[in-house]
Amino acid sequence: MNDLLLEVEDLVVSFPTPDGVVEAVRGISFAVDSGRTLGIVGESGSGKSVAVQTTIGLTVGARVSGRALLDGKDLLTMSPAELRAVRGAKIAMIFQDPMSSLHPYYRVGWQIMEMIRTHQEIDKPAARARVVELLGLVGIPRPEERVKDYPHQFSGGMRQRAMIAMALALNPALLVADEPTTALDVTVQAQIMELIRHLQDELGISVILITHDLGIIADMAHEVMIMYAGRVMESACTRDIYYSPHHPYTAGLLNSLPQSGHEGQRLPSIAGQPPSLINPPSGCPFHPRCAFTMPRCRTASPPLRLVGTSIHRSACWLPTELTGSSVETDVRRHAASAAQGGSIPSAVEGSPIANLGKDEA
Amino acid sequence: MVSRSSSRPSSQPDALVRLEGVTKHFPVRTGRLLQRSSEVVHAVDDVTLDVVRGETVGLVGETGCGKSTLARCITRLVELTSGTVLIDGEDISRLSRRRLRPYRRRMQMIFQDPYSSLNPRRRVGSIIGDPFIIHEPKIGSDQRKERVQHLMELVGLNPEHYNRFPAEFSGGQRQRIGVARALALQPELIVADEPVSALDVSVRAQVINLLADLQEEFHLTYVFITHDLSVVRHVSDRVAVMYLGQIVEVAERDDLYNRPRHPYTKALQSAIPVPDPDEADRRTRTVLGGDVPSPVDPPSGCRFHPRCPKAQARCAEEVPVLEPRLGDSFGHTVACHFPLSDGEKLPEAPPPGVADIASLGRPGTGTRGGGQSAIPRGTS
Repeated sequence: MNDLLLEVEDLVVSFPTPDGVVEAVRGISFAVDSGRTLGIVGESGSGKSVAVQTTIGLTVGARVSGRALLDGKDLLTMSPAELRAVRGAKIAMIFQDPMSSLHPYYRVGWQIMEMIRTHQEIDKPAARARVVELLGLVGIPRPEERVKDYPHQFSGGMRQRAMIAMALALNPALLVADEPTTALDVTVQAQIMELIRHLQDELGISVILITHDLGIIADMAHEVMIMYAGRVMESACTRDIYYSPHHPYTAGLLNSLPQSGHEGQRLPSIAGQPPSLINPPSGCPFHPRCAFTMPRCRTASPPLRLVGTSIHRSACWLPTELTGSSVETDVRRHAASAAQGGSIPSAVEGSPIANLGKDEA
Repeated sequence: MVSRSSSRPSSQPDALVRLEGVTKHFPVRTGRLLQRSSEVVHAVDDVTLDVVRGETVGLVGETGCGKSTLARCITRLVELTSGTVLIDGEDISRLSRRRLRPYRRRMQMIFQDPYSSLNPRRRVGSIIGDPFIIHEPKIGSDQRKERVQHLMELVGLNPEHYNRFPAEFSGGQRQRIGVARALALQPELIVADEPVSALDVSVRAQVINLLADLQEEFHLTYVFITHDLSVVRHVSDRVAVMYLGQIVEVAERDDLYNRPRHPYTKALQSAIPVPDPDEADRRTRTVLGGDVPSPVDPPSGCRFHPRCPKAQARCAEEVPVLEPRLGDSFGHTVACHFPLSDGEKLPEAPPPGVADIASLGRPGTGTRGGGQSAIPRGTS
C-alpha cells in the first residue's frame, strides 16, 4: 500500500563511559512508510532519541551496528560528506528546545538562507524569497519583516515554527521531530501539532515523532513503537496500542495516566524505577517491574513477535489471548522491594482502558 | 476531609489560607545606561482565593501566568507588593522573620525539579533533618535520625539509605525526599509547585498516589500547582485557572471540566491531547492564536481579549470581575464579560496572523522570552 521510506534493522548503539558501557539501544528494527507518522514513545533513558539520531548520523563517540536503509542506501555506512547531503535535503530534524536550536547572533532569515544555499546553487534574492515563503507557510505573520529579526525577538512557539520552516526548506521526505513541543505551553503545543499535521497533508512528508506524551501520539501517529531500556516492547498501529495493548509495560503506561471519570482514585502505577543501562536486567528488561513475571522472563529475552493481526508485535512471553483485558498493573508483591515500603495499599482491579465507555464504578 | 459541597469562598469559616488582593510586581530594568527606565512585571495581580482546610486546590495556567509566584507569595518566600495572606485568620504578609517562624512550620513547599532542589553535596539524612535543626534545636542527633528514618519510611524510601547522596537516587525517589522534607514538621498546608512535571509517566502515578495517601493520613491541605490539566483534574477538589497573573475562573473540579465558563478554560481544555485515538478524532479542537503576551505590559481590560475568540469591544476596555453567575453552582466564579453557556462551542479562533500581531506588539519586549526572563525563579 505505502512505499517504504526508511528501514532500520537490528540497530545497536552503545557508549563507552568511565562507569562502563552504556547500552543505549539494544537491537531495534523499525520502518517508516511515505506519508505516514511513526510515533516513538518511551520514558527518559529508553533510547528513543539515540536510536533516531544515530540513524541520521548525529551521535558522536558511539559504537554502532545494524543497518538503516533510506531509498536502499545504508545511512550507517555513508561517508560524512554523503551523509551531509542527505541530512537537511532528505531528512530534516526539529528538536525539543527551540531556544537553543537557533544561533542567537544571526538573523532567523539568514540562518534559513544559509541552510538552503549550502545544499543548492541559488542566488541570494531567490533564497530570501524562498525563506519569506517558508515563514509564511508555517504561520509566522508579516514574514517579509520577520526574516530580519533575531531569534530573541521570536517567542518560543514562533522559534519552533522557524525551525520547522528551516526543516522544510529543501522539501525533505522525512521530518524527525524529537519532543517538538515539550518546551512549549499547551495552547502553543496545539498550534504546532496542528501545523505539523497540516504540512503533512499538504506536502506528503513522513514524520518520526519522538515523545513521552501518550496524548500527542494518540492525536498524531499512525503507527506507534513503545521503547523501554533500549528495546522495542511493542509496536502496532495506534488504535491497537491504545485499545488492545499486549505488553504489560504498554498497559501499565496507559493505566497510569489520569482518566476522566476516575478522579481522586488511586492511579494504577508501575512499581519500581526504570533500569540502569549499564547493567540492564537479564532476560526481559521489564521483568523486575512486571506483574506477570514468569521464570523464563528472568533468563530469556522475548523476541518481538506478532500478537495480533497485521503489524501488532510485542516482546513479551505472555500468550496472545491476554491482549488488553483485565491487566492488573499495580503490583503489590514488588512494592516491598521497590521503594514503596508497604505504606501504599490497594491495587486497582481491571484496566480502565478495557473499561472505557462504561460508567465509573 | 472537609465536605466539598460547603467550600464556599469568602463565607467559609474554616479557610486555612485566605488570599486577599495579593499582588506581586517585579521591577525590571530596561534601556541603556542613561535613559534607564524601570518597568514592572505584573507576575500576580489582585488575586483573591480561599483554601479550605483539608481540600486540594489546583492552580493551573501556562508559563508566566504567575502560578509559581503566587505559591511563593502564599508561603511568603517573596514579599508581597500589596494585599494580604491570612493563615488561619492571621495576616502573615507583614510579620517579621522571627514572628513568621511559627507559621513557616505550618506550611511547606515541594518544588518541581528534584534535581536542583536538593543540595548534591549533602547526605539525604541531613537534608531531611534540616527542618528539625531550625525549628526544634533541642532534640538530640539520635532522636533526629530516628525521626528522619521514620519519615523516609513514610514516603517509601529505604531508611538505610540515610547516608546516601541525592545523586544515588532516581528522579522519583528524589521527589520522595522532597516530600519527606516537607512533612518533617507536620505542616497543615503543603504548596506543591509542579511536583510531578519532571517525572516519567510510570513514576508520576506513584508520586501522585503518595501525596494522596499522605493527605488522608495527616489531614493535609494542598495547593497543587501544575500546567497539566489532566493531573490537576485527578488530584483537585477545586481548580483555579490563571492567566497572566490573574485568576480567571474558580470552580469545583467537575463543574470546571463539565461547565467551563471562561473561554480560556475551554480553550485550555481542548488543547490538551487525550491519550485516546478515537476521542482525539471525535473532539473539536479550539486552537488559540498567538502567544501569551508579556506580563510587563498586559493587555487592557480583560487580559485574554487579544486571543479570545469571543472578544468584543467591551473586553478591551473594562476589566471583568471574578464573580458568580446566576444559575451556576455554589462557588463557581468567573471573570468574563461574555461567559460561555452550557455546551456552547467556542467560535473558530481568529486567524493566527491577526492574533499574533496583536499580542506581539513591540519586538524585543513583546515576546514571552523577553518578559519571562525577568521573573526571578529560585527565590528560596
